[in-house]
Amino acid sequence: MLYINCPHCGMRSQNEFSYGGDASVKRPELNKEVSDQEWDNFVYNRKSLRGKHLELWQHISGCRQWIKVERDTATHEIFRTYKADEEVA
Amino acid sequence: MQKYSIFNLVKNAFSNHQNWDLAWKDPTPKEEYDVVIIGGGGHGLATAYYLAKEHNITKVAIIEKGWIGGGNVGRNTTIIRSNYMHDENGLFSEFGMDLWRKMSQDLNYNVMFSPRGIINLAHSDAQMNAYARRGNSMRLNGIDAVLLNREQVKEIIPMADFSDNVRFPIFGGLMQPSAGTARHDAVAWGYARQADSMGVDIIQNCEVIGFDVSAGKINGIRTSRGNIKAKKVGLCVAGSTNILAEKLNMTLPIETHLLQACVSEPIKPVLDNVVTFGAGHFYVSQSDKGEMVMGGDLDGYNSYAQRGNLPTLQHVLTEGIAMMPFLSKLKMLRTWGGIMDMSMDGSPIIDKTHIEGLYLNCGWCYGGFKATPASGWTFAHTIAQDRVHELNAGYSLNRFSTGHLIDEKGLGTKTWIS
Repeated sequence: MLYINCPHCGMRSQNEFSYGGDASVKRPELNKEVSDQEWDNFVYNRKSLRGKHLELWQHISGCRQWIKVERDTATHEIFRTYKADEEVA
Repeated sequence: MQKYSIFNLVKNAFSNHQNWDLAWKDPTPKEEYDVVIIGGGGHGLATAYYLAKEHNITKVAIIEKGWIGGGNVGRNTTIIRSNYMHDENGLFSEFGMDLWRKMSQDLNYNVMFSPRGIINLAHSDAQMNAYARRGNSMRLNGIDAVLLNREQVKEIIPMADFSDNVRFPIFGGLMQPSAGTARHDAVAWGYARQADSMGVDIIQNCEVIGFDVSAGKINGIRTSRGNIKAKKVGLCVAGSTNILAEKLNMTLPIETHLLQACVSEPIKPVLDNVVTFGAGHFYVSQSDKGEMVMGGDLDGYNSYAQRGNLPTLQHVLTEGIAMMPFLSKLKMLRTWGGIMDMSMDGSPIIDKTHIEGLYLNCGWCYGGFKATPASGWTFAHTIAQDRVHELNAGYSLNRFSTGHLIDEKGLGTKTWIS
């Protein structure tokens, strides 16, 4: 069982959360010419790092907020959690 | 190579089976090969075998970080099927079914292929309609499919829950009678033994740490056991695809996820087929030892840990008990996890890359084991001829850019969508 420290609600079990994937992926800017390659990178291509990975989770059975979680994909250790709009240190 | 036969078995009995040849050698890496296959799993070993057998390319090395067959080919639920709707998947898998049927003879190794049939259960009228459609598509591609009604399903699997007050009543099912299971380790060992006998070097405990690429062309690899030159390199590393892609400065439409499976204590024969639950993601079959072999969903988050978490297992087994209540009486014997190369549309990639001489085989998601022979065969063709075969033409890397996705079930890395 993973325990995720929701920045809004505190420590909760993974059962309350839903996974949202790599948090470092940025949507191409609005109202700008977007190349196919840029769309590809946004929609499909992922680094899927082994080790420290910044990812999105949604506290779906809690405050329903999206949060960012810094987690190790090899050991499942969780280092830090951030609010969705918080700068990652 | 010593043939495995009743005569050799008797002959070797006289020397207490002490004089059998080793099934494969343990060579030191040579300086150069025509083809280097990275990854000594089922797909890598099969690729090397078909390179030698079909294309007469024997100056081949398989580079394996751990030991051969230690990854997903040793960690799956051994299901073999070709019950796909889309042409790309159906024709590819059915080609594989033919290789499965001949495999034990072909490899002179008993892979215990058991075509016991797979039944996908339907729990609504809409699902029955969808299965009829998929069954028709399968039959158009020459794959056997039978649509079963509730009574017919009850006859085959009476232990499923047919009571009136269930949340997901069984309306019927789609059966592929020629689907089945096989002994997973034997597949890896059989391919390894034959590939070795044709001159392929199987190099274990040898980790790839880098690639030698210049002017857009691959020249070789750097490993923990020295540099190896190679004209062509094939990547066949499943859950480690992203790690090697990073060394090549490639970002792929792949995420590595964790998938668990488990077996119960052995019980007397009760289930003849492979059965899948249609209202969730759960499947079960009974091994020759009598264990109920069960699996289902991904754990749901990126992971390189070959071990799972209990919430997912609990979720999956809840579905199993909804389908077959007697499973709740069994004790769990073993659980295990493997790391899957989940592609974004749920279909694999077997293709050339933008680097000349570098070939990619990945994205097998939940279905890598059954694809082993067809994947090896088509990947060998792609490497040997430097062009894709029509069977794997759809499994291109650029389909994500061009929009030609093969979204069989719309399942990829995003399990919550299903």
